[in-house]
Amino acid sequence: MLVSIYRYNPETDTAPRMQDYQIELPPGKDLMVLDVLQLVKDQDVTLAYRRSCREGVCGSDGMNISGMNGLACITPVSSAVKNGKLVLRPLPGLPVIRDLVVDMSAFYKQYERIKPYLQNDEPPPTIERLQSPEDRAKLEGLWECILCACCSTSCPSFWWNPDKFVGPAGLLQAYRFLADSRDTHTQQRLSELEDPFSVFRCRGIMNCVAVCPKGLNPTRAIGHIRNMLLERGV
Amino acid sequence: MVTNITSLGRNGLYDWLVQRVSAVVLLAWFVFVGLFIATHGDLQYGQWRDLFAQTWMRVFTLAALLSLCAHAWIGLWTVATDYLTKLALGAFATLARLGFLLIVFAVLLTYLVWAVQILWSI
Repeated sequence: MLVSIYRYNPETDTAPRMQDYQIELPPGKDLMVLDVLQLVKDQDVTLAYRRSCREGVCGSDGMNISGMNGLACITPVSSAVKNGKLVLRPLPGLPVIRDLVVDMSAFYKQYERIKPYLQNDEPPPTIERLQSPEDRAKLEGLWECILCACCSTSCPSFWWNPDKFVGPAGLLQAYRFLADSRDTHTQQRLSELEDPFSVFRCRGIMNCVAVCPKGLNPTRAIGHIRNMLLERGV
Repeated sequence: MVTNITSLGRNGLYDWLVQRVSAVVLLAWFVFVGLFIATHGDLQYGQWRDLFAQTWMRVFTLAALLSLCAHAWIGLWTVATDYLTKLALGAFATLARLGFLLIVFAVLLTYLVWAVQILWSI
């Protein structure tokens, strides 16, 4: 199988290029894209990519696989090959450090901005803050995000304004804390989001929903935030 | 919070709501005018004039005009802040964006004044 991989080393290359590799796939076995990358690495040790848990939990190996963002470790080669060719590029819209490794600073900065931790001004109870099963259920589909950045880097609004638009991943987490019954900073959180960029740059094209490897729905979360802002503001 | 002084309401929610309400007003106006034309097969200047001479039609048309201006401003402001940015144009971006927005403002203001002039001259 032909594997075409984006190569760029800013220290030695003047421009990025695509490099082709011929890979022998073991018969009767559907490998994951990450396994193919390891086979390429056996041929060419200079190839750089991130990986860790190899089972879709850590979110390290997010990349653009034949035109669609996804996690290499849980994307079967059979579903990613187009015309007998596998094309691997780094996540779009972020600066490339080397080959498939991108600088995620802009992504993390937006995550940091939404204050992704519980804020509660009430005196802490002696044991723990309790939550009813109904309130806990509101966090389903929100807490599972692994911050792989597949969604935010497939979002044109995030490409154009990564410094102003929070992006789908950050907004999913923003709603995770807005929806939490134990968080008392709802109003402050909403005030931080009501400008023309942070939330409202979302145009609802749902690229984020299409690529999320965990099957989450950031567009719906953004809709919930917008409704909260609307209820507060009208 | 991201600050911005050139968006219509300087507030995302306000702009978002104005964009949707103005779209509904524009849709109502175009559907009405479309139906009026469709139901008057042999439309004469006199009928057209009589329609726009009525106060309610002037108010309706003025609402559509204001909606058009607000809608166009929010839409083109969004386009400008998406594509005419430092990321795309470098140091030239602020000048390009400000220039573009001033042209949009001048065009919209001209259309508005011109249309009001036409409406109240009937």
